[in-house]
Amino acid sequence: MSPPASPTATRVLELDRITKRFGPVTANEDVSLHLDRGEIVSLLGENGAGKTTLMSILFGQYTADEGHVRVEGQELPPGKPRAAIRAGVGMVHQHFALAPNLTVLENVMTGTEPLWKFRSDRAGGRARLIALSEKFGLKVDPDARVSDLSVGECQRVEILKALYNDARILILDEPTAVLTAQEAEGLFSTLREMAQKGLSLIFISHKLHEVMSASDRVVVLRRGRVVAERKTSQTSKEELASLMVGREVKRPARPPSTPGRVLLEAVDVHVGGRGGASLKGVSFRLHAGETLGIIGVSGNGQTTLAGLVSGLHAPDSGSLLIDGQTPARHDVPHAIAAGIGRIPEDRNAEGSIGDMTTWENTVLERIWSPEFSRRGMVKRAAARAATEAIIRDYDVRGATVEGRIRLLSGGNMQKLILGRVLNAGPDILVAAQPSRGLDEGAIAGVHERLLEARGRGAGVLLISEDLEEVIGLSDRIRAIVNGRLSPAIPVEKADAQTLGLMMAGDWSAAAALEAEASHAL
Amino acid sequence: MSVLFDILSSVGMWEAVLRIATPLIFGTLGVLLCERVGVLNLGIEGIMTFGAMVGWLSVYNGADLWTGMLVAAAAGAMFGLLHALMTVPLGLSQHVTGLGITLFASSFSYYLFRLAVPTSSSPPTVEPFRPLAVPVLSDIPFVGPVLFTQTPPTYLALVLVALLAWGLYRTPLGLALRMTGENPHAVDAQGIDPVRLRIVTIMAGSALMAMGGAFLTLAAFNSFFPTMVQGRGWICVALVVFASWKPGRALLGALLFAFFDAFQLRLQTVVDGVPYQLFLMLPYLLSILALILMARRARVPQALMQPYRRGER
Repeated sequence: MSPPASPTATRVLELDRITKRFGPVTANEDVSLHLDRGEIVSLLGENGAGKTTLMSILFGQYTADEGHVRVEGQELPPGKPRAAIRAGVGMVHQHFALAPNLTVLENVMTGTEPLWKFRSDRAGGRARLIALSEKFGLKVDPDARVSDLSVGECQRVEILKALYNDARILILDEPTAVLTAQEAEGLFSTLREMAQKGLSLIFISHKLHEVMSASDRVVVLRRGRVVAERKTSQTSKEELASLMVGREVKRPARPPSTPGRVLLEAVDVHVGGRGGASLKGVSFRLHAGETLGIIGVSGNGQTTLAGLVSGLHAPDSGSLLIDGQTPARHDVPHAIAAGIGRIPEDRNAEGSIGDMTTWENTVLERIWSPEFSRRGMVKRAAARAATEAIIRDYDVRGATVEGRIRLLSGGNMQKLILGRVLNAGPDILVAAQPSRGLDEGAIAGVHERLLEARGRGAGVLLISEDLEEVIGLSDRIRAIVNGRLSPAIPVEKADAQTLGLMMAGDWSAAAALEAEASHAL
Repeated sequence: MSVLFDILSSVGMWEAVLRIATPLIFGTLGVLLCERVGVLNLGIEGIMTFGAMVGWLSVYNGADLWTGMLVAAAAGAMFGLLHALMTVPLGLSQHVTGLGITLFASSFSYYLFRLAVPTSSSPPTVEPFRPLAVPVLSDIPFVGPVLFTQTPPTYLALVLVALLAWGLYRTPLGLALRMTGENPHAVDAQGIDPVRLRIVTIMAGSALMAMGGAFLTLAAFNSFFPTMVQGRGWICVALVVFASWKPGRALLGALLFAFFDAFQLRLQTVVDGVPYQLFLMLPYLLSILALILMARRARVPQALMQPYRRGER
């Protein structure tokens, strides 16, 4: 683990023309990537660009269909995590592989000694752990129980676990997704220090500012392919944003909007972080017959914003007016009664109950409405008829009224959820990541329905990380950054550079555009 | 009051506590092992019954007592393998599989017993383990006869508690076992196969359960009858929670339960006018109380009852 002996960098890792297919979907196509000793390379790309798949191939969790992985010149046998560990590859997963009831030392030492040994060398393990944690500035208490640690500390333990296994190449999969801003800063300086001490790192992210501040070189993945490679010193956030999204942004036919009255108005709303990022003074208006797009990198408060509008969270301060009125209570039943429909971000966890039937899932949200129940008894015939109509009208393939919804594909489940929400005729529609994980055909269907709802006079709040989608559907666009909303720009003025700046937190251009737009009105 | 004092100061009472506790110690350690790798084993009641029967039957057919214990252990391991295959690679419901094994093993025991001993009004007997006085130590007043004039399987149970405590907390294998019950993904990521670890551990745990059953027919009594386990298996399942999944505390729990049981037996003979069923209830009632008090602080293995499939979270 000595620093490079000569100024010429040594190649420690090479991914050579990797291709990986899952059925008809190609997750990685002809991807080549190299890593030198002491270097930090960022792997940048949107959700679903194939970053995690590529790293799972490197770590031996997936087997590539084509291509080779070489570590320090040696070819790595495919599909063997143990071999990757032995070759010095360590992976810090997005979801920690830690046991909360065990101590830090126990977590780190698991599997590092031969199993059949009468006595585990605790003292030696502890000394080694402490030495490593001092060397890399990763402070942890070896005897603390993992359940008592903060998320940032858990991540340190994960990194130490890899270092304890003699990792020389460290892969970090979206390491800041769960960290606070300060913790993320701390992590970056740790990464720098590790690189200076001769470790080589791959840093997976979709956050532009992190990539800019943490890495030496950036590799941009889009739809499974490497589309660009830049030295960090020779690129900019704006360039990376447009590379990530793609230059040509298609705009489907979207009838002009005829904004009506204000349906929803938030004035300086604060919501504390309940398991998600908090909102810190959010103000916006949503008109009838318009779509307001909210862009931003994930973890900046999108989930909380969707929760606020759909009644899951009440504002800590500030006010949320629905149709000019403060609702009697901020909870889900009141929100549904007030005509707010939601397409949840996670359709499996929040949008459906997998082991219940299609009709049960369809009527679940409105089971108490007179349409579907009377005196505590479910009107099965009405529920079945409504479900059949949705399956037919929304072309939900593979669904039967009595079948379990678990068996549906993502796209078809989303169609069913759309049908369920839109059939209730909501005035306000919150669509959170509505096309995440869907294929092109299903996406087009979802977009068509969202435009239809808007055409009918509903106000659509579209929260998405997919810029093409937001540009294609929205009338106005705001960015959410660290719990705050940027000024709204009209979609006509939205180009990749402006949106990139907005997502990066530079709102001067957006403010000017907003002022200009309101002047023109 | 003097009645209570007489009971509590008698050597016989305390000596009985350890004897009554022995099958519970075996059973509790067995359940503890299974649950430490994340699998609930409700087959225990049936596995104990089968162990009691097959151990007794071996000795009845001429095997020596330790061979009887070993046969019981091997039979227990086989039921463990069945439970493990159903719940680990197949990931079936651990409750249903366990209860199924209990029903099957109990009935199967009685069936085999009836095949071997077709007709008899009073169950045939074997010559059971005799108390083994440990030289010197058994001469200590009071403590000597209580602790050191037990049957050999009781000593074995006590040694097993220590062995298991050491094994779980001091060896690399024990750490891997505990990790498997907490987060099998982490074990897999370190290159150890959690599925294999689970299967083998469940077999070992089930072997211990069957030995607890065999103690009943080969040491505590000298014959087999189908209902003899009498819910001891279920008590073991509760004792593991009481013990917070720790071997030392499991011993403590088994002793506590046995104490209540021995106590109520003696109380029955000296207190008049109270239905004896009330006394029979006593240990269970007190166990529930103790469980409520202790279990609140218990740390459940985080992966208990969660099947492991690679690549799923």
